[in-house]
Amino acid sequence: MPNEILLTVRDLHTWYELKKWGFFHAGYVRAVDGVSFDLRQGEALTVVGESGSGKTTLIKTILGLAPVTKGEIVFAGRRLNGDPRAFAWLHSRVGFVQQDPYGALPPFMTVRRILLEPMIINKVGTEREREDRVREVLEEVRLVPVADFLGKFPHMLSGGQQQRLVIARAMVLRPSLIVADEPVSMLDASVRVEILELMRRIQKAHNLGVIYITHDLSTVRYFSERVFIMYAAKVVEKADVREIVHNTLHPYAKALLAAIPDPDPENARRYRDVPPGEPPSLVRPPDGCRFHPRCPAKIPGLCEREVPPEFEPSRDHFVSCWLYRGGA
Amino acid sequence: MTTDSTASSQPRATSVTEQTLASRQGSLLRVVDLVLHFRTTRGVLQAVDGVSFTMEKRGAVAVLGESGCGKTSLARAVLRLLPRNVHTYKGEVWVNGTEVMKMSDEWFRQNVRWVKASMVSQAAMNALNPVLKVGFQVAEPLLIHHGMSKRDAMKRAEEVFRIVGVPVDFLNRYAFELSGGMRQRAILAMALITSPPLIVLDEPTSALDMLTQANIFNALKDIKNQLEVGYILITHDISTSSDLADEVIIMYAGQIVEHSFADTGYRSPLHPYAQGLMASVPTLREDKKLEFIPGQPPSLIHPPTGCRFAARCPKRFDRCDREPPMFTVGPRGELVKCWLYAR
Repeated sequence: MPNEILLTVRDLHTWYELKKWGFFHAGYVRAVDGVSFDLRQGEALTVVGESGSGKTTLIKTILGLAPVTKGEIVFAGRRLNGDPRAFAWLHSRVGFVQQDPYGALPPFMTVRRILLEPMIINKVGTEREREDRVREVLEEVRLVPVADFLGKFPHMLSGGQQQRLVIARAMVLRPSLIVADEPVSMLDASVRVEILELMRRIQKAHNLGVIYITHDLSTVRYFSERVFIMYAAKVVEKADVREIVHNTLHPYAKALLAAIPDPDPENARRYRDVPPGEPPSLVRPPDGCRFHPRCPAKIPGLCEREVPPEFEPSRDHFVSCWLYRGGA
Repeated sequence: MTTDSTASSQPRATSVTEQTLASRQGSLLRVVDLVLHFRTTRGVLQAVDGVSFTMEKRGAVAVLGESGCGKTSLARAVLRLLPRNVHTYKGEVWVNGTEVMKMSDEWFRQNVRWVKASMVSQAAMNALNPVLKVGFQVAEPLLIHHGMSKRDAMKRAEEVFRIVGVPVDFLNRYAFELSGGMRQRAILAMALITSPPLIVLDEPTSALDMLTQANIFNALKDIKNQLEVGYILITHDISTSSDLADEVIIMYAGQIVEHSFADTGYRSPLHPYAQGLMASVPTLREDKKLEFIPGQPPSLIHPPTGCRFAARCPKRFDRCDREPPMFTVGPRGELVKCWLYAR
């Protein structure tokens, strides 16, 4: 049975208004500029991009924390688009895993209280059922023996344990979608793998939809199949993770992959191929393809004028680049 | 453009020869039994506990370890940038053949810091003074240490800006006008301006994007090939460290557990902790089953008496719990602190 579509995002734009002296309109920061995708139940999707590429704004918009300028978001059949009545409804069905676990946990609450809070706010279950649910999620994220952890405060936990607690909190209301913003970037290498495996296991066990945001392409393959690469507020390439690594199409994606080292002593003996310059301003993005000023494969007369549409040179591999206008 | 582009690769000039790490003198840096303990409310914290290593001129050593293993404290101990709550600070540090531990603080400041060794500290891009122009801040060490005139110092600042790849007109800008990558380069320029033979890089790129990071490492390699400079690179990012390192030091719980050449260090480390750490590094290009090390590092206030890694070690035996291991010379001249290799 094919899984049904959980989340639909169509031509989503999130622009933040810039004001001069607090009231004169001075343009927009185009943080997300035309993003579309579907996420099915039980599917994991990773959005990769550098800082300022709009990946965090994208999930903030989906969570209703940033305004929708244009476009459509449909979650579980309900149109959201910043509808304030949908806000509470949405948040009881979506779990959020933050980047910095310590910053995300209230320091004055015990583990028990942190996990009870979402149920109290959403008026879920009886007191008895809530206590049982707290124990259940703690066991699920392997904070065992549970009794040892219930009375602890966040500062008494190690970084990895804190992140497990954040995941437990995201899970406590039995969401159908988990959104994770750089969930392992603050953790040490040896703990990182544990957390990624935990998230993967939970995702499979509950058939969850997951949107995972990261700047670190090397952790992606341990987590999801589908990858989106964002550059300057647009998705430039969409494909399966293995396809992206071994058959990279977009020049920006190629540069990004070339910049990521694997631990290899040979690295010290060679230089990395890095495109010059920096990502463009999102207030006045370049015309045409946004990567054209840095692109080594620019087609003069085309790339700086026309915005590239999405091409599909091979099955389920989408790329927004004029190089592929005639197929792969 | 392929992922393994070697178009611009060139042979690396290095004086590090394949000799054993134990027998060499350490022409650039020799640290013997360095101890740095801090006073805390709960007792004495042994942040750096009996660390010894050597480094040759123009070498690049990566000091790897997880948070709290003492790698930043080691860097601070070498450069004597200490906080107030120091409990014990002793050992020998030889820079360029001179013992610097016996020097007074003032003598050390005048003749070693920024003359023999400089530092790029963690999140250094936020360390620039917001109300002074970047160029002046970069030139300042020359005014102080070499008594140079401001004009000459600014000229030299132009040169180092070129080396690190910052446009020269940025000299007259303020920090907020520069991007993160450019600020990090400016800080690197500041560390280079007095041309010290040793630069300590403490997480130099951990706050930066992948492309910017690759750019800065290219610049560091360039500098190493052009100038007489050695690096100590302190980081928890193992993949990125391999971009620069020709030797690897792995720290665990305040001590060095392995010091080896990059080939051994990244491909076939000896110490069980180093093996676990390397096995936990995700790779982009090859499918690898990732592993993790169960458990947590010990408290540095009451560290275990035997090997500090014993409680988490898959290869532990009786002796590990009782006696702390000593350094043993490995098959290719590596130094490893583990009873498995004792003869």
